[in-house]
Amino acid sequence: MNELRELYQEYVLDHGKNPRNFRAIEHPTHVGEGYNPLCGDRITLQLVLDGDDIRDMAFQGAGCAISTASASTMTEALIGRSVTEARAMLEEFLQMVKGEGEPDLDALDKLAVFSGVSEFPMRVKCATLAWHTLTAALEGREAVTTE
Amino acid sequence: MSRADFPALDQQVHGEPLVYLDSAATALKPQVVIDAVTNVYARDCANIHRAVHTLSQRATKAFEVSREKTRAFLNAGSTQEIVFTSGTTEAINLVAQAWARPNLREGDRVLISGLEHHSNIVPWQIVCRQTGAELVVVPVTDDGEVPLEDIEAKLDERVKLVAMNHVSNALGTVQDAAGVAKLAHAVGAKVLFDGAQAAPHIPVDVAAIDADFYAFSGHKLYGPTGVGVLYGKKALLEAAEPYQGGGDMIRSVTFAKTTYADLPAYLEAGTPNIAGVIGLGAAIDYVEAKGRAALHEREQELLRYGTEALASIPGVRLIGTAKHKVGVLSFVMDCAHPHDIGTIVDAKGVAIRTGHHCAQPVMERFQIPATARASLGLYNTPEDLDALVRALGEVRRMFG
Ligand SMILES: Cc1ncc(COP(=O)(O)O)c(C=O)c1O
Repeated sequence: MNELRELYQEYVLDHGKNPRNFRAIEHPTHVGEGYNPLCGDRITLQLVLDGDDIRDMAFQGAGCAISTASASTMTEALIGRSVTEARAMLEEFLQMVKGEGEPDLDALDKLAVFSGVSEFPMRVKCATLAWHTLTAALEGREAVTTE
Repeated sequence: MSRADFPALDQQVHGEPLVYLDSAATALKPQVVIDAVTNVYARDCANIHRAVHTLSQRATKAFEVSREKTRAFLNAGSTQEIVFTSGTTEAINLVAQAWARPNLREGDRVLISGLEHHSNIVPWQIVCRQTGAELVVVPVTDDGEVPLEDIEAKLDERVKLVAMNHVSNALGTVQDAAGVAKLAHAVGAKVLFDGAQAAPHIPVDVAAIDADFYAFSGHKLYGPTGVGVLYGKKALLEAAEPYQGGGDMIRSVTFAKTTYADLPAYLEAGTPNIAGVIGLGAAIDYVEAKGRAALHEREQELLRYGTEALASIPGVRLIGTAKHKVGVLSFVMDCAHPHDIGTIVDAKGVAIRTGHHCAQPVMERFQIPATARASLGLYNTPEDLDALVRALGEVRRMFG
């Protein structure tokens, strides 16, 4: 089945098994918690922002291959970018995985490996969990410093 | 064989013949049930208990015949003890609000187990909040059992109600219902069984169990969705407060005074799911014709086959290894998350459930986010389980 191979590309499987930036940041400036009650996926996302710049981003948690790989690739794609760019990519990413509009796949670069998700409506939430968690982190809660 | 009775089995999914292993979520429907429902809308389409015309008489008769079939199915003493609801969920909520709420006060306890479906947890949380009673939970063992000794240890005269599933949907564990009832009654507590997963798999005898309340859903018993049953001992149902007010549940209404109807109408306000109830009657006939004991025996054989087949796959761990189980195989794989397993086996035409199965406390107990669950219906065969095993091989090839 081709859709399945589209969904689970080598790149996705690799990031699912060996997630990048899967670690704790000691002094994050922003933290978001994400939970998908449908499948029990949980993610904690930590960021270090310097003004509009994303200096560092890391995540921890347990999830399926799609949600883990999505969080992993998101951190890789966004470290070193600005929050403004991140928000723009979020919009493109959501359009792509929901199969809506005409997302700019070039701008999404490596994240385009998740385009196959749109064929699996039940898995869209897996792919978007990390991104929604990013929004939650940006919108609010400063992390408490424990010094 | 029975497979031909189920039209839904005659289809392909992603180019593969459908293998349906999700009957614990909802069972497929045999043609006789579909026909019974269709006949209500095509022919006997009338409201019940209300008019003298012929169609209404036919519909009313078929509806009440279903009630008698349900009574016999549960071995209840009287059709007055059979209340139709929209499902197990509503049946439990009915007991919580109409019986428990007026009877519970501060200091009282409701005892449940750690193996419950959310629908046998949340209604008690609500009623405990309303009354000041306390919800107490009996823990689950590593095998997924709730032993009688552990229940007994939590029982004293503060416990007014014990509410437990007869069979667990997440793990398939069968509870010794008669044993639970005896313990509960010894301290003066009433006992409710959530029989949603029991009714389709094991013979249920509310008299032999001595259940005070017993709930099940039509759709898991090869019947329509949107219909369920609450059995309650007559004295308890009579003492219940009205659950909902409306038509059919009254004898007379004036603005000065309303007198209520007798059971079971008293607890069945409004136009019920007429086609659903009649379809449930057809489902009960279908199951009884096959013989519940025979179905149970056949399923046990298939369960043994499936348990061994899954255990032989490297990296598969069964969750729920109780001595007495029905055809539910909950498992995790070390190489893949249940959600990924579900998607990959679906691509092979195999339908299983993945997730927490509306039993998040069970997942927490076993420290897993979710399981994959294959559950059996009377149409399943060893070949279906072989197809699952092959599909799990594909999961291992991709993720292993
Ligand atoms: C054990 C158990 N209890 C209660 C329910 C709720 O049944 P329904 O959704 O039909 O009301 C289910 C169904 O998922 C179940 O498996």
